Amino acid sequence: MVMRSRSVNAAAACLGIGVLLIGVAGCGGGGGNNAAGQNTSGRGPITYVQGKDNNNVVRPTIDKWNADHPNEKVTFKEQSDSADAQHDDLVQHFQAKDANYDVVDVDVVWTAEFAAKGWLQPLEGQFALDTSKLLPATVKTGTYNGKLYAAPQSSDGGLLYYRKDLVPTPPKTWDEMMSDCSIAKQNNMDCYAGQFAKYEGLTVNAAEAINTAGGVIVKSDGKTPDVNTAEANKGLTNLVTAYKNGNIPQQAITYQEEQGRQSFEAGKLLFLRNWPYVYSLATTDGSSVVKDKFGIAPLPGLNGPGASSLGGHNAAISAYSAHKATAFDFVKYLESEDRQTFNATQGSLAPVIASLYDDATLVQKLPYLPVLKTSILNAVPRPVTPFYPAVTKAVEDNAYAAIKGDKTVDQALKDMQAAIQAAGS
Amino acid sequence: MASTTATVSTAAAVPATRRRSVNWANVRSYLGIVLIVIFCLAPFYWMVVTAFRDVGYTFDTTPWPTHVTLDNFRTSFATKLGNHFGRALINSIIIGVFTTLLAVLAGTWCAYALSRLQFRFKFVVLGLILGASMFPGVALLTPLFQLFTNIHWIGQYQALIIPDISFALPLTVYTLTAFFSEMPWELEEAAVVDGCTPGQAFRKVLLPLAAPGLFTTAILAFISSWNEFLLASELSGDKTQPVTVAIAYFTGSQPHQEPYTAVMAAGTIVTVPLVILVLLLQKRIVAGLTAGGVKG
Amino acid sequence: MSVTSGVDTDEGRVSKAPEKSPSEPRRNASLRKGEGRRAIFLILPTLVLLAVVIGYPVVKAIIMSFQKDPGLDKSTGLFVSGGNAGFSNYTHWLLQRCGEASCPPGTLGSQFWDSVTTTFFFTAVTVVVEVCLGMWMAIVMNRAFRGRGLLRASVLVPWAIPTAVTAKLWFFIFAYDGIANHLLGTHILWTGDEWASRFAVIIADVWKTTPFIALLILAGLQVIPGDIYEAARVDGASAWQRFTRVTLPLVRPALMVAVLFRVLDVLRIYDLPAILTNGGGGTGHATTTLSILVVDQIRQGFNSAAALSTLTFLLIFLVAFIFVRFLGAHVVQTQQSQQKGGAA
Repeated sequence: MVMRSRSVNAAAACLGIGVLLIGVAGCGGGGGNNAAGQNTSGRGPITYVQGKDNNNVVRPTIDKWNADHPNEKVTFKEQSDSADAQHDDLVQHFQAKDANYDVVDVDVVWTAEFAAKGWLQPLEGQFALDTSKLLPATVKTGTYNGKLYAAPQSSDGGLLYYRKDLVPTPPKTWDEMMSDCSIAKQNNMDCYAGQFAKYEGLTVNAAEAINTAGGVIVKSDGKTPDVNTAEANKGLTNLVTAYKNGNIPQQAITYQEEQGRQSFEAGKLLFLRNWPYVYSLATTDGSSVVKDKFGIAPLPGLNGPGASSLGGHNAAISAYSAHKATAFDFVKYLESEDRQTFNATQGSLAPVIASLYDDATLVQKLPYLPVLKTSILNAVPRPVTPFYPAVTKAVEDNAYAAIKGDKTVDQALKDMQAAIQAAGS
Repeated sequence: MASTTATVSTAAAVPATRRRSVNWANVRSYLGIVLIVIFCLAPFYWMVVTAFRDVGYTFDTTPWPTHVTLDNFRTSFATKLGNHFGRALINSIIIGVFTTLLAVLAGTWCAYALSRLQFRFKFVVLGLILGASMFPGVALLTPLFQLFTNIHWIGQYQALIIPDISFALPLTVYTLTAFFSEMPWELEEAAVVDGCTPGQAFRKVLLPLAAPGLFTTAILAFISSWNEFLLASELSGDKTQPVTVAIAYFTGSQPHQEPYTAVMAAGTIVTVPLVILVLLLQKRIVAGLTAGGVKG
Repeated sequence: MSVTSGVDTDEGRVSKAPEKSPSEPRRNASLRKGEGRRAIFLILPTLVLLAVVIGYPVVKAIIMSFQKDPGLDKSTGLFVSGGNAGFSNYTHWLLQRCGEASCPPGTLGSQFWDSVTTTFFFTAVTVVVEVCLGMWMAIVMNRAFRGRGLLRASVLVPWAIPTAVTAKLWFFIFAYDGIANHLLGTHILWTGDEWASRFAVIIADVWKTTPFIALLILAGLQVIPGDIYEAARVDGASAWQRFTRVTLPLVRPALMVAVLFRVLDVLRIYDLPAILTNGGGGTGHATTTLSILVVDQIRQGFNSAAALSTLTFLLIFLVAFIFVRFLGAHVVQTQQSQQKGGAA
């Protein structure tokens, strides 16, 4: 029927034009591939993007900057607390070449990935940063392919929490700690726990075990896997054996940071590997029974402190920012001694400036600071590779299976090696 | 209500002697009701108990309320800490209401066409609409994000409302089509014979009869937009954040600390408007207007 | 969603007399005029919305699935565009090829078929349990008694709580030292053991979504007139017979829609297992569904994720097709079939 087919045609045309318009709009986007070379002298208001500001340090910092720079105000865009959500949010905005994100806070393990995708402004030339006062390990986390892409902002390392009323001197090696487990049994407690659920925390713990025993996950180029070695085997076997004979309790396979903290605070755990945040909570929580009964020590190692996995955050400039000069000044401001001290006293965030760790007032405020310094000085970063999501998955999956006993350590390391290899191709 | 008359007439027919013994049907009913309420509300009860519990005792497993405090609720609304929960509630309601209205409108038109009008390609249209529910939502995020960034919709209400409508549409259309198809033609025919246009016949005769379906669909659409998180987390801005995103932004006072109690408090608050909405609408889900209209 | 044959061939003209029974009134010719055009305009808003929000990303995803993910340029250390991939993204998933070799454990490619099995398992179990429970709840809610409104409101509570909060709640309940183990006196690793983690996800999902099914079935039950039950009772039918011979057939359209959409939803489930178990359990991926795999893959390479999404889409399409074809979800009925099958 003529009327009908005309209507059908009209409708089809409408739909078609609609989709076409969308296609055009969808294809549009910001600058070309050489975004790093653009807007290098732009000044103006910028946006600082960070995950949740738990300790309320960012807002005062930004207020202070804004008071001094009324024409280059900083707006704070706060992301969620979850690391994965922060990562995905940054990826979405970078992929869309969004100019609204100027300075971004990146977790240490994402720097290589973002740098390799061309999303971060290299900190060289007019953006060169003086890194001499900073802890070397933190600078390494911001470096990719020989260039500095992000400025260290805060650091973090693993600590060993122990019950000083039951174990007066903390163990210095893994074997010592395992022999202390008899004390745990006597007191009807679990011996040791870290983070062994299948998530990033497991990579942290597995990397610590492997690195402490002298092994590596990837070679120094950051890409070639080298985890199928005798040292790595020894490290991972420590965890596997402890889980098998009960020194690591069965339920620890579901532990993230909070579950271990809960068990330790309830007095059910003798040794806990966790981040510094547990310190103040174990002291102040109403339900904590270990308030003045616990101490902190560096992680047990082979012949000295163990290698903890380096945590922390870096501040980077987005390659798509329109006001990079302002952004760079803000980055330098975040790294200044004044701000680092403020972060430490107000927010309990470990600073990246080496000298601050010996500052008397800071140590008084944060009693774990000297231990944390040892931890960070001996820290080994997780693999600095642009394929980090795939690498961490390879480590997580195989370490989890090994600890649970579903695979032998030999097989787990072989599979880990093959999976990391496949990730890089 | 039709089934009431059924039970009443049955009771009247039962001889006097029998009525003194236990009516097992009623006991079964009441037992069923109790079981249903326990099933639905037990975890919710735990959520409320946790919401009122002091954050220092988060992991306490005492089944009844202990260490009761209102702190968690205060924290949820504390804008000084960066929790904009109140605004998020309003945003969720705005987004939900617009999504529901537009989805039900578009869905009703479409369902009418599918169930009452005749045209070719009906099968294709039904298939396309169903097909829209087959693609994993997680993969839609990146293209939509880029599209909305380019047309500068990010952080505005329409960036959330339009996708929510599209997610609600397939179910809306199918449910309404199923309902309209169940409605007999005779009434509309009669209305047309009496002088109504087809459109009027639809509005005045069919829609009231299909009220249970309409209000059910409205509730479904509203809750589906209320629950939506993945797209909202990326497409909303600070001022248009819905509750699902706001709750995900809750934080403990320390990094790595999980704010369970605050999240449970927020969850409790979030349920209240929905319960009110359902209590208001639940009378409409009842087909009070079937009396005399359908058979005969 | 089949349409009875009488409608397909009809071009909107005057009906063909031989197909209709003589007792049916003929549809007024004026109703038919311009029906096609009216139909187009009524359907257009829906189709346009769906085309923009879902059609465009789907088309884009399919196009991208034939491109390789960016590879690393060894000299600069930067990612460069990958170029045409042909079907290699698809073989990566279906045949688990990572380059030349088979994908080793610990890569996402090795988890594809496990995810398919897991997703189907979740779908089968949750839908069956939810339908049975939902049907029972709907029948109870359909009865007249005081406080019916409060019962309905309390039934909707599980579904009203945002999924993210529900997942966190159940994570909390199922913690090793949580309330579930406390009340049951057990020490189950709900989020660690293979089957415990799967059932944890199923329990949480059933709790959350049974109200949805119950609500749809209830709406369907509401339009069944009470005198049909009365007639059946007078005829001597038992409660079970009344249920299977009267209730089920009449509530079937609403039930079919509910089940169909529930199946499609569970096949795409993401939020609940991601937050509750992070896809873990067992050897590490006992609760990884296809959508979780997609999200993990998006972090590693979007084009491969697009291929996986397309495969998931085809899989779901297959399931929906079988469902509609063999279980006959007759959504659209015409006057003829109504007269034939509907009346008691």
